[in-house]
Amino acid sequence: MTAVASDVPTGRIEITDLGVVFGRDDRRVEAVRRFTLMTTPGEFVALLGPSGCGKTSVLNAVAGFVPPAAGHVVLDGEPVTEPGADRGMVFQQHSLFPWKTVLANVEFGLKMRGIGARARTAQARAYLDLVGLSGFEGAYPGELSGGMQQRVGIARVLVNRPRVMLMDEPFGALDAQTRLAMQELLLGVWREVRTTVLFVTHDIDEAIFLADRVAIMTARPGQVRDLIPVKLARPRPAEIIATAEFMALKARVLAQVREESGRAWAAPRP
Amino acid sequence: MATTPLVRAEAARTATVAPLRLTAWRRPALRALSIGLFLLAWQVATQWDLDLYVRFQNIPSPGDVLAEAIELFGSRAFYVHILASLERIWLGFAIATALGVGLGLLIGWFALVEDILLPTIELLRPIPAVAWVPISIMLWPTERSSIVFITTLGAFFPIVLNTIHGVEAIDRQLVRAAMSLGARRAAIFREVVLPGALPSIVTGLSVGMGVSWICLISAEMISGQFGIGYFTWVAYGIVKYPQIVVGMLTIGVLGMLSSLAVRAIGARFMPWLPRRDKAGA
Repeated sequence: MTAVASDVPTGRIEITDLGVVFGRDDRRVEAVRRFTLMTTPGEFVALLGPSGCGKTSVLNAVAGFVPPAAGHVVLDGEPVTEPGADRGMVFQQHSLFPWKTVLANVEFGLKMRGIGARARTAQARAYLDLVGLSGFEGAYPGELSGGMQQRVGIARVLVNRPRVMLMDEPFGALDAQTRLAMQELLLGVWREVRTTVLFVTHDIDEAIFLADRVAIMTARPGQVRDLIPVKLARPRPAEIIATAEFMALKARVLAQVREESGRAWAAPRP
Repeated sequence: MATTPLVRAEAARTATVAPLRLTAWRRPALRALSIGLFLLAWQVATQWDLDLYVRFQNIPSPGDVLAEAIELFGSRAFYVHILASLERIWLGFAIATALGVGLGLLIGWFALVEDILLPTIELLRPIPAVAWVPISIMLWPTERSSIVFITTLGAFFPIVLNTIHGVEAIDRQLVRAAMSLGARRAAIFREVVLPGALPSIVTGLSVGMGVSWICLISAEMISGQFGIGYFTWVAYGIVKYPQIVVGMLTIGVLGMLSSLAVRAIGARFMPWLPRRDKAGA
């Protein structure tokens, strides 16, 4: 798959003192406050934290869906001002276009760039092959299982060769077996297509298994509490989660996450 | 409309677990029996001239109606009425579709258009189309145009409101997904809003077709000189009672066929939706 691998190292995200706010006046909710995180090109970073800590808000700010109330999001030296295909998002579920076939879903970004029908079909097929969905080109999303839909979602983003792939709990709605298979598949795909990945999850195993670094977030308003490098060798087999090294990391992460969950639990709900 | 086919499909799926042969003939047979019993009750009531507060003395029997139908469908004059009605339905429905879908998309997509147009639409909507007949006769120069206007009016409101609803109910996540794949506003409208609103638009068209028949027949009865509604009303005036029933049944069949046509054409444009189960259709 050298044809689809990126040759110039891009995907340096610089998030500085980011603040994200919802609503206004007395219904104002501060989701994220003074959030700072830098990634190197091609790095896999997991954002881990209790539910409602603002993980998704950080992702939405990088995607350009919500404007920052404070701070900056800069990608490869350019400030993020609006959504774009260089920052593709994989959502938790139900984000494929139901009225488009699998192939047309994956072709969508290429079509938006004005690439001709023949070329975009060839490229889309290559990425469908990469996620193991050759033969499903003509199916509609409603005919696929949840795991297959997520694979289409990944192919649909990667075909644009984005600088960053944003993933918002992409396997959160899948059963445990499928989730594990998807995590392995994602690592396999990522080895071929070295793009920066910002991966939001509340699953500690998932974060450690996938990422180069795990950013643990505080309870809302979320900021980075700790950045833990994961020095496990790659490629990582599924069995790695039973090793002593993995367990030690997990214990360290778990202690921090539990503390923040407790804080989120005690905090008054808006 | 969105939930019933699903429920039926579910029921049909579980039914296949039960002995298949039994249900395969049972349901059509029951349905045929239902119609048979209705015809029998009609025959009995008219043959014995029942007078149970409702009076059947003047009501034609099924046999009278069948004889009249054979005669009418053998004559040219009857087709003139049918064609007149079909032309008005087609014209009125086509205009209502163009206006209703066009305005509905604009109202649903642009808040400014919504503020300018929706209050007036909401104000006029509760007025039954039949109440427009006198004004319509004053407004329009010909009988044909005034009846087409009434027919258009009837179909317009369900179509425009369902289109607006379809646009406004579009999943925001799909819009975001499109944006993060590089889609601009025009592309989002074409690739996401239009197909996303289509199921709701087709529902509106289906309802609109039904309402436009009601409006057409009412308008023809009040002010027409042609058309199946006019024919049915005149049959009463000239004491040709079997013709009334033939007229009614013709209206029913034409209305049903046009609704089926709308749904079939709609389904053709929405291949991603699960097919309706035959037993439920």
